[in-house]
Amino acid sequence: MRVVFWGTRGSIPVALSAEEVSYKIRTALLAARGWMLDDDEKIRAFVESHLPFAVGQSYGGDTSCVQVDCGGPEYMVCDLGTGLRNFGTEVIARHGPRVANTFHVLLSHPHWDHIMGLPFFTPAYIPGNRIIVHGCHADIEQALRTQNAAPHFPVDFSQLRASFEFDRLEPDRPVEIAGCRVTPKKQLHSGDSYGYRIERGGKTVVYSTDSEHRMDDPAEVEEIVAFFRAADLVIFDAMYSLAESVSVKEDWGHSSNVVAVELSQMAGARHLCLFHHEPAYDDALIASVLAETVRLEKITRGERPLRISAAYDGLVIEV
Amino acid sequence: MTGAAEMALQPRRFANCVVLSPGGRVDHQNAEGLRAALAPHLAHCATGRDAVVLDCAQLEYISSAGLRILMLAAKQVKTQGGKMTVAAMQPVVAEIFEISRFNLVFQTHDTVRQALASLSPEALAAFGS
Repeated sequence: MRVVFWGTRGSIPVALSAEEVSYKIRTALLAARGWMLDDDEKIRAFVESHLPFAVGQSYGGDTSCVQVDCGGPEYMVCDLGTGLRNFGTEVIARHGPRVANTFHVLLSHPHWDHIMGLPFFTPAYIPGNRIIVHGCHADIEQALRTQNAAPHFPVDFSQLRASFEFDRLEPDRPVEIAGCRVTPKKQLHSGDSYGYRIERGGKTVVYSTDSEHRMDDPAEVEEIVAFFRAADLVIFDAMYSLAESVSVKEDWGHSSNVVAVELSQMAGARHLCLFHHEPAYDDALIASVLAETVRLEKITRGERPLRISAAYDGLVIEV
Repeated sequence: MTGAAEMALQPRRFANCVVLSPGGRVDHQNAEGLRAALAPHLAHCATGRDAVVLDCAQLEYISSAGLRILMLAAKQVKTQGGKMTVAAMQPVVAEIFEISRFNLVFQTHDTVRQALASLSPEALAAFGS
């Protein structure tokens, strides 16, 4: 499987400010002193090999949208955040506007940051395209229709030319979607959210965002561990620090990097990807959280190592 | 919740301070035992009454579940106007405190002596005698 992160930010899309871009350029130019960077190839190599990611690149600011490519002809994406816009643009660029495609959407929940990309998803406006929205909530269709209607948006849902289908899933009941075995799991979040365990050909990807883990009930912990069991990749909502998530932001429905490592280690997962980044965090802070999480994994490691990444818009992980 | 066995904290009193010493590993399986063991001491940790020092010298590891218990303790103590500090953490536990940002929740000290000194001259005197 191939996982493409189109949107990785939590709650609301963000963009780099002019000052943040200026800071990156100033820092990069200072780091480049003494280097002979006289062509694009050398500059690219320098940026990618010698600059910290948070200086030379950026984690991005689009909200949740993750493509899981299972190798078949049909597309699958988790959530419809603003990252969906670039995904749609890429699909059109690859196939052209006249080729009909099928898109399977695994929706974690209909909070706005997880659906606000749909009005800007070009394939939704093209006849022949088929969009199947899978999810456990009863009100998904209503949420999408309300969003694509006045006064929120000028184009009414009825004017979208793709065909839409809504497939109500049941928690803990596996189904076949786009050639993958998909199992939804109910999670603790206001109005509920659902994670998805996606399996194909002996490989497993778990998409688990907008989920709070109190870790105070061993039986509940074991349920989550079973959901993550031996996953090749766990995409995990690590929006807050642990101290925040059990104090001022308790009951806000999100989790931390510390809990991410604990659950992934208990489950024997191979790769943990921190996701749903706090919108107030700049690139340097996300990089710092990543470094601390890598360190936490190292000092608490059991029998097998757990690879740690921080998701960024454009990241591709081969599973 | 499960009925985890109450954790032995080996309380030691120095004047108006109580030093509690959790040991071993605290995780989601036994965090409830830590909560139960702390409860009677926290009840007395209030304005004009006892202060509490958590002596972490024998604590090898603490998970998010254990840290959540400490957060609840900190909230209770704050509400009651009491004082609670953490001392003598092993390097791994100290790093977990920093990564989880619990170093911003508790005042931490390298030694129990320093913790007592920060809380009460009487307790420091009792500790040194």
